Amino acid sequence: MIEVREDWCKGCNLCIERCPIDALEESDVLNRRGIRPPRLKKENECNYCRLCELICPDLAITVISDDPDEEEKKPVKKTLLTPVGGKIK
Amino acid sequence: MVEIKTADELNKKFLREGMWPTIFCNGCGHGVVLEYTFWALEELGLDMDKVIFASGIGCSSRLPGYINADGLHTTHGRAIAFATGIKAADPDFHIIVFTGDGDCAGIGGNHFIHAARRNIDMTVIMINNFIYGMTGGQLAPTAPLGSVATTAPYGNIEHPFDICDLACALGANYVARWGVSHPYQPIKSIKEGLQKKGFSLLEFLAPCPTAYGRRNKLGDIKKHWAWYDDNTILIEDYEKIMTYGSEEEKEQVKDKIQLGVFQDIQKPGFFESYEKLVDRLKEKEAKTKEGKK
Repeated sequence: MIEVREDWCKGCNLCIERCPIDALEESDVLNRRGIRPPRLKKENECNYCRLCELICPDLAITVISDDPDEEEKKPVKKTLLTPVGGKIK
Repeated sequence: MVEIKTADELNKKFLREGMWPTIFCNGCGHGVVLEYTFWALEELGLDMDKVIFASGIGCSSRLPGYINADGLHTTHGRAIAFATGIKAADPDFHIIVFTGDGDCAGIGGNHFIHAARRNIDMTVIMINNFIYGMTGGQLAPTAPLGSVATTAPYGNIEHPFDICDLACALGANYVARWGVSHPYQPIKSIKEGLQKKGFSLLEFLAPCPTAYGRRNKLGDIKKHWAWYDDNTILIEDYEKIMTYGSEEEKEQVKDKIQLGVFQDIQKPGFFESYEKLVDRLKEKEAKTKEGKK
């Protein structure tokens, strides 16, 4: 499960873009600034990699694992992660 | 000490929550650098009463205001000079300087050069966004050739300043450059920089979608962040390709910005040497007094 401080979110959507398993989406409620903060999709696929937490420029996201048994990471379905040096075409 | 595992606990420990949310634009990389610094400080377990942040003027220099620790917001470019003063007053403090590319490389260039030459014990985190963002998008000395700014409307014709190369040449103890989109290497680097005695420079390539990306047609936030992934290369890969690669590969990576740790040496810092000097003189004085008796 993720917790989002909605007033801090500026809607850059980097968390949605960078999530390696596409577990996040824009929510359908607007916050005070008039932007849509992220939320988990209905079928919860979060593997607790905590990339969204680390990459959020406004420190608005907190990843909390509901169950201690679920700590072990689910396999990543697609590799959205670019290598540090970028892709060499 | 309670071990911190989630960002929420981290925020409670390190942030002045009354100051949040930040003034940074949507998609700015500065907040990410702040978070990496927090994780590094947390992993090291430093006492926050013994850490002082200094900064000059600019977007990056707003950062100490968001941290629940002592900070110094100084004149433009002089953050390193003020930090030297703090370190001289009490060498027990850990000094972290947040500075931007215009602040550090442009206006405070000489302060930077001489702090690195003297090897003063501090960690300089330079957040490089290729532009003077806060004052309205003037051309910074680190901007790549051909980039557009308000003071260079037809494209930049000045060669950019590689601040990491400069720091290596001056013999700084730790020099590294990282992007903001990959968390773990920068956190490790900040930790190493903080642990080093002597001058350590960490350069971060932070996206600036408002002032730099918009004028240079780099697209929206998503595309601008991807530009940094596509136009950078690890120093190890770069060296390998430049030695063993084919002409085609060399052509591809030639213009990319290199990331990685450029220098990691152990020279004595300024205040270590200064203490030794004081001890030596004291011994000498004691000997001469004995001789007079």
